[in-house]
Amino acid sequence: MIASLNARALLLSAVLLAVLLGIWEAASPQQKLGSELTEYEILMGGAEPKAAVPPPSAVFVKAWEELSNPFYDAGPNDKGIGIQIGYSLYRVLSGYFLAAAIAIPAGFLIGMSPLMYRALDPFIQILRPISPLAWMPLALFVIQDSQASAIFVIFICSIWPMLINTAFGVAGVRKDWVNVARTHELGTLKTAWIVILPAAAPTILTGMRISIGIAWLVIVAAEMLVGGTGIGYYVWNEWNNLDLTSVIFSILMIGLVGMLLDTAFAYCARLVQYQE
Amino acid sequence: MPTPFLSVQGLSKRFPGPKGSDPLTVFENVNLGIEKGEFVCIIGHSGCGKSTILNILAGLDEPTDGAVIMNGKEVSGPSLDRGIVFQNYSLLPWLSALKNVTFAVQARHRNWTKKQVHDHSVKYLEMVGLTGGAELRKPSQLSGGMRQRVSIARAFAIQPELLLLDEPFGALDALTRGSIQDELIRIWAGSDQTVFMITHDVDEAILLADRILLMTNGPYARVAESVQVDIERPRVRADIIHHPDYYDIRNHLVEFLAKRSRELAGKRDEDGVSEPNVIRFGLNGPVANKSNKGAGETPARARVVNGAD
Ligand SMILES: Nc1ncnc2c1ncn2[C@@H]1O[C@H](COP(=O)(O)OP(=O)(O)OP(=O)(O)O)[C@@H](O)[C@H]1O
Ligand SMILES: [Mg+2]
Repeated sequence: MIASLNARALLLSAVLLAVLLGIWEAASPQQKLGSELTEYEILMGGAEPKAAVPPPSAVFVKAWEELSNPFYDAGPNDKGIGIQIGYSLYRVLSGYFLAAAIAIPAGFLIGMSPLMYRALDPFIQILRPISPLAWMPLALFVIQDSQASAIFVIFICSIWPMLINTAFGVAGVRKDWVNVARTHELGTLKTAWIVILPAAAPTILTGMRISIGIAWLVIVAAEMLVGGTGIGYYVWNEWNNLDLTSVIFSILMIGLVGMLLDTAFAYCARLVQYQE
Repeated sequence: MPTPFLSVQGLSKRFPGPKGSDPLTVFENVNLGIEKGEFVCIIGHSGCGKSTILNILAGLDEPTDGAVIMNGKEVSGPSLDRGIVFQNYSLLPWLSALKNVTFAVQARHRNWTKKQVHDHSVKYLEMVGLTGGAELRKPSQLSGGMRQRVSIARAFAIQPELLLLDEPFGALDALTRGSIQDELIRIWAGSDQTVFMITHDVDEAILLADRILLMTNGPYARVAESVQVDIERPRVRADIIHHPDYYDIRNHLVEFLAKRSRELAGKRDEDGVSEPNVIRFGLNGPVANKSNKGAGETPARARVVNGAD
């Protein structure tokens, strides 16, 4: 039987996963099953020679617990994983769409006008390489609000790829297509809407996809700094609690959400893709 | 002498050369007049500047010197009065064939309803034989000839005063080409449209044109001759070859392409005026000045009348 490439790849992935989990499980020292270690024991390193990385089975149990009740809220330091991710997504998406709302029109302007391109280029070149977290102190000082500061950091990190890709895509629209717009006497706005936007859309979407990836990377670090809520804070909090099982679980969740975001944007990118 | 509908005056085009070298002068001091309702073909070797002239007529490109005047107004940019079939089709690849036409029709008739726009577009797509689902496909899913037909439908559907056609039938098989040529003539004859068409096909030019402009090789190309085709219309492909003038005209064109396009290249007209020499045949048969078109102007601009050489 010749299975399709997809089916075989899926099978291989499953095998790899099983092997990795098997090795991990085998390498983890057996824990006292059933009873959790007390915090005291952990602090003294009493039970184990050294606090060990929990085995995958423990992570699965944790995941099951958390995911079966993702939205519970038991005070500031004890919220469900769903709530934490919700906070993070809220910050990422609001900062991100704010950035898109500015970057895409600005990118259009820069792409359509060689003058603007040159005038703004030095600013972009200097601002772009700055680590988004470097803005944090300034943001906290100016905005005086940790929530808004986190959103600002997302905003600043996601604006550049979108801005640059939009400008690049718009500037690179084939002259033939612009000529089609010109011969049909489309005004500037109509030309932008009917010709340039669809022509540049694949490049713009690529920028948007890069941006959302960066934003999701940055939010974890930003929330570790800002604290309070969010998946980044959750990881840090569980580390402070020395709950490594939760840390690993949340790492996996970060990866999963990041993948879903990327998949969603890849899907959108396919919608606007065209073949010449 | 009244200025013709379309008048090209002292047109030159130079492109900056590659760094350090001299600019490339594609053509220089081109003068022409085209009457309203006239069907003019232009023939010349590849690279002589035909598309460049057409783009300037369209208003997409600017001449280095000279001007194009249409309807008494200088052409200073593209307009819906001048429809173009581009040499490379220039369809928008993200739109279906139908949408490529509807957007043009919508641009032309801003107050039409969606239904009107749709029906009008479908009519023209049917005219070029794009039906039965083909019109819903994207250009990348169409053959070269089908794309060319979409582009023809788009230009015809906006019913411009001046149709500028850049090798519009180049990618079509003989049968399709024939039927679209007939369709073009039908549309043209039933309107007061003027057509300026680039072609490499001598027979096509004789079949369609009132007048054939012959361009010498570039650089420094010029429109050296203007051959009047006084074969009465309607012209039928199978019969036209029996017309007494047919082979005289054909031989003249072929000889121009084979020999004179090179010999005359870069040369000024002897008398210093660079208007094309008017060539007219008809010594072997009846001279027919009137086309079957209603307008039926007989442009009186025969400066030099050569016999068949
Ligand atoms: N943008 C440009 N920059 C420099 N040179 C150009 C440019 N566009 C055209 N040319 C030159 O101008 C000349 C005429 O080009 P054009 O496209 O008008 O030729 P053509 O007569 O339409 O040829 P064909 O029959 O092959 O389509 C060519 O030598 C070409 O190299
Ligand atoms: Mg050409």
